[in-house]
Amino acid sequence: MDKQKMSKFSIGNLFSRKKRGRTISFLMVIVAYVIMQTMMNTGSLSSLFSGLLVPLCCYIVAAIGLNLNVGVSGELNLGQAGFMSVGAFTAVSVSGYLAAGIPNPVIRLIISIIAGVIAAAVFGIIIGVPVLKLEGDYLAIVTLAFGQIIKSIVTNMYLGFDANGFQFSFVDNNTKLAPGGKMLLNGPMGATGTERISTFTMGAILIIISLFIVYNLMFSRSGRAIMAARDNRIAAESVGIGISKTKMLAFVISASLAGAAGALYGLNYSTLVPAKFDFNTSILILVYVVLGGLGNMTGTIIATVILVLLPELLRSMQDYRMLIYAVVLIVIMLLTNNEAVITRLKLLQKSFSKKTPGGAKNV
Amino acid sequence: MSDKRPVLDVRELGIDFGGLTAVNDFSMQVYDNEIVGLIGPNGAGKTTVFNMLTKVYQPTRGTILFDGEDTGKKSVVDMNKSGIARTFQNIRLFSQLSVLDNVKTGYHNRSAYSPLTAILRLPAYYAREREIDKNARELLKIFGLEEEAENLASNLPYGAQRRLEIARALATGPKLLLLDEPAAGMNPQETEELMDMIRLVREHFKIAILLIEHDMKLVMGICERITVLNYGMMLAEGSPEEIQANPAVIKAYLGE
Amino acid sequence: MDFLSYLINGLGLGSVYAIIALGYTMVYGIAKMLNFAHGDVIMIGAYVAFFALNNFGLPLPAAVLLSIVVCTALGVTVERLAYKPLRQASSLSVLITAIGVSYFLQNAAQLLWSSSTKVFPTIIPGGGISLGNLSISYLTLITIATCVLVMICLTLFINRTKTGRAMRACSEDKGASTLMGINVNRIISITFAIGSGLAAIAAVLLCATYPSVFPTLGAMPGIKAFTAAVFGGIGSIPGAFLGGLLLGVIEIFAKAYISTQLSDAIVFAVLIIVLLIKPTGLLGKRIREKV
Repeated sequence: MDKQKMSKFSIGNLFSRKKRGRTISFLMVIVAYVIMQTMMNTGSLSSLFSGLLVPLCCYIVAAIGLNLNVGVSGELNLGQAGFMSVGAFTAVSVSGYLAAGIPNPVIRLIISIIAGVIAAAVFGIIIGVPVLKLEGDYLAIVTLAFGQIIKSIVTNMYLGFDANGFQFSFVDNNTKLAPGGKMLLNGPMGATGTERISTFTMGAILIIISLFIVYNLMFSRSGRAIMAARDNRIAAESVGIGISKTKMLAFVISASLAGAAGALYGLNYSTLVPAKFDFNTSILILVYVVLGGLGNMTGTIIATVILVLLPELLRSMQDYRMLIYAVVLIVIMLLTNNEAVITRLKLLQKSFSKKTPGGAKNV
Repeated sequence: MSDKRPVLDVRELGIDFGGLTAVNDFSMQVYDNEIVGLIGPNGAGKTTVFNMLTKVYQPTRGTILFDGEDTGKKSVVDMNKSGIARTFQNIRLFSQLSVLDNVKTGYHNRSAYSPLTAILRLPAYYAREREIDKNARELLKIFGLEEEAENLASNLPYGAQRRLEIARALATGPKLLLLDEPAAGMNPQETEELMDMIRLVREHFKIAILLIEHDMKLVMGICERITVLNYGMMLAEGSPEEIQANPAVIKAYLGE
Repeated sequence: MDFLSYLINGLGLGSVYAIIALGYTMVYGIAKMLNFAHGDVIMIGAYVAFFALNNFGLPLPAAVLLSIVVCTALGVTVERLAYKPLRQASSLSVLITAIGVSYFLQNAAQLLWSSSTKVFPTIIPGGGISLGNLSISYLTLITIATCVLVMICLTLFINRTKTGRAMRACSEDKGASTLMGINVNRIISITFAIGSGLAAIAAVLLCATYPSVFPTLGAMPGIKAFTAAVFGGIGSIPGAFLGGLLLGVIEIFAKAYISTQLSDAIVFAVLIIVLLIKPTGLLGKRIREKV
C-alpha cells in the first residue's frame, strides 16, 4: 500500500489506512498505560486523577463497543448503558457470592467480568432480535426503551444468599436471609459493600482485548459484511449477505463489550446504584463515539479521554464546568460540520500528500 | 434450443401494488450462455421484473424456476446463493468501502469462515482471505480497476462505478447475471466498450446474461433474443431482427 | 367506577404528553431531527411561569403568556444558533448538538436558579365535578380541554392557512418546496416557535399536576413524550395526539393495576410491542425504498 493514498481526509476511509490506525491505537494504549503506571508507582499522580483511571477504561471499552454498533454497523443505539448495567450487577453479584470461595481478587475479577460479558451478550441477543427488525430512528427509540426497561428491572431486583442458597424477589423485598447471609442486590439501593477488586491494569487489558476483537472483526469477511449492510442494505442482500445476522453480530459484540465495561465499573466502587446506568450515561458514551469519529477506534479513545478529563480539568471553574462542557460539545459539532473548516482541513491534508494517480481505465 | 433446459424459466409472473397491477402474465426463458435483452418504454415494468427475479419483491402470481427448481418464497439472499446476481439502475455500491473490498463482499458465501475465526485470526482466516484477495484482484484486473483497488468506491468516475458493480456481482459466482441499464449515462464510445465487455464476461465466466437497456444499438448488437414489455404485459419476443420488424413494438415505442 | 376514574386521569396525563409530543413530531416532520432539548424548553417554561406567578405576582393568563413568549423566543434562538448551521450535516451530529443544548439549558438553569426544588403555586383550585360515584378534578378537566383545544387549533392551522400548507409541503419534500417559492428556513423557524410555545403550555399543566420545579424537570416528560410521538408515528400530528393520550392511559393503568415501580418499564414495553407490529408507529407512513 503506498503512503500517499493513506493520508486522505475522511473518517470513513478506514481501509486505505487500516494498518496505520490499528497500530497507532494499540501503541497509544500501551504507552499511556506504562506512563500512568509509572506515575502511580512514583506517587506523582494525584489521587483524584488515579481514581479516574478505571472508570476511564470502562468508558473507553463501552465506547469502542458502541462504535462497532453505531459507526461500523450504522445503527444508532441509545441504550448502551443498559448493557453496562447488566454486566455490572451480574459481575458484582458473582464477585460477592464467590468472595469466600475464591479469595484471590484477580481470579475473581476475571470470572466476574466473564460472567458480566455473558449476561450482557444474552441480553444483547434477546433485545437484538426485535430491535434489528426496525430501521433508523425507530430502531434507536427501541434501544432507548430497552435501556429504560433494564434500569427499571434492576431497580426492582432483590437478590441475596445464605447457607440455604439464593433468595430472589422482585418489586417488593421478600428475602429473609438467615444470619450470616448476604444481600447482593438491594432494589433501588443497588449493590453495597462490594469489594473493590478492579484495577487499572485490568482496564488496560480490556481495552487491548476490545481493540483486538473489533479490529480483527472489521478487517474480515464479517466486517466487510457489516459495513456493506450499512452502506447499502439492498445491494448487500443482492450479493448474499444476510442483513439480520450481520447486524446482530455487531449488536451482540457491542453489548458484550459494554458488559465487560460495566463489570469493571461495578467492581471499582463499594456501592453502585442502578440509576447510574441511565439514559444520560448512554448518551455520554454516544457523544464519545460521535466526537471520536464513526468507525474510528483511535478517535474514540482520544475523545473519551478528553471528555472524561475535561470536567475534571475545568474543576477550577467550579459551577461553570458543565456549562462549558455543553458549549464545547456544541461548538465542536458546529465546527466539524462547517464547510469552510472542512475545506481548510482537506487542504491541509492534501498539502501532505501528492495527488493520487487515477482516471478511468478502459476495458 | 427447445431441447435444452432453461437456466431461468419464468411462468405467468405477476405482481400487484395495492390493487394496481404492475406486471401481469409475464413468461420468459433464458438458456445457458445466452444474452437476452428486456426492453420496453419507460414504466413498462422492466425493473419490477428484475426485482421479482431477485425477490426484492415477492411476486403475487406465477412461478420462477431457476436451474429447474421452483424458487418459491426464497429471499433475496437465497436467490443470490442459488446463482442470480444483479446490478442496479441507480448504482448501489458500498460507498465507504474500497473498490477492492466492494468486490470482496461478493465472496461472502463462496469463501466463508466464521466471525470467531476472524477474531482469533485462526489459520483458516489467512487461507480464505488470501484466496479472496487473489480472486478479487483478478476480477478487478479484468474490469480495468486494479489501479483503483485501494480507492473509495464513491470516488470512482461514473463508468468505473458501473464496471465495479458488475465485477461485484460476478464475484458471487452467478449462473445468471442481471444488468439493469448498464449503458445508462455512457457516451457512444463507452457503450461500445461496454458491449465488448459484456461479450467477454459471457465467454470468460460461461454464464447467461439478461439485460435491461434503452440503448438500441447495444441491445440489437449483443442480444441473441429480446423480450419486449409494455404496460406490464409481454408485447413481443424474438430475435433482434424480428423485434425490429414487429409493428406492435414500433407502435409502442413511437406511438400512433 | 375505579376503571373510569383511572381512564380519565390517564387522559389527563396523556394530554400533557400529547402537547409535548406535538412539539417533537412537528420538528421531526419538518427538520427531520430528534430535538432532545425539547424537554428542557419545558423546564425553562416552568421556571418562567413560576417566577411570574410567585415573584412578580402576575395573574395566571399573563404568566402563561409570558412563558409562551419566552419559550418561543428560546426555541427560535436555539434553532438559529445551533441547528440551522447543521442543515446539511449528518443526523447524528444534529442529535449530539441537541444533547449539548440540553446540557446547556439544564446547567444554565442550575447556575441561575440553583438545583433545589421550588414549589409551584396552586393555580387551579382543588375539587371537581361529580358524576355519580365518579369525580373528576378541575385540573384534569382543564388539562384535557386544553389539549383538545390545542389539537383543534393546530389542525386548523395546518390545513387552512397558507403557512400551514407550506409546512406540510416542507415535510414532504424540502427541495420541491424551495422551488415552489416557499422559504424553508422561515417554515422551520415557525415550526420551532410553535413547538416551543406548546412546550410552555405543557410546562404549566405539568407543574399544576406535579408542583415542583427543578433543572432536570423536563428530562423524563421529554423522553415519555418522545416515546409517545414515536408510538403514534413520528412526523404525524394526529399520531402524536393519539400516542400521547394512549401513553398517559397505559401509564396510569400500569400504576393502578400492576405496579407503580414498574410502570415506566411497562410503558416502554408496550412501545416496543407496538413498533414490532407496526414498525412506523400507529399512524406513521411506511416509506418504501425504490430499487
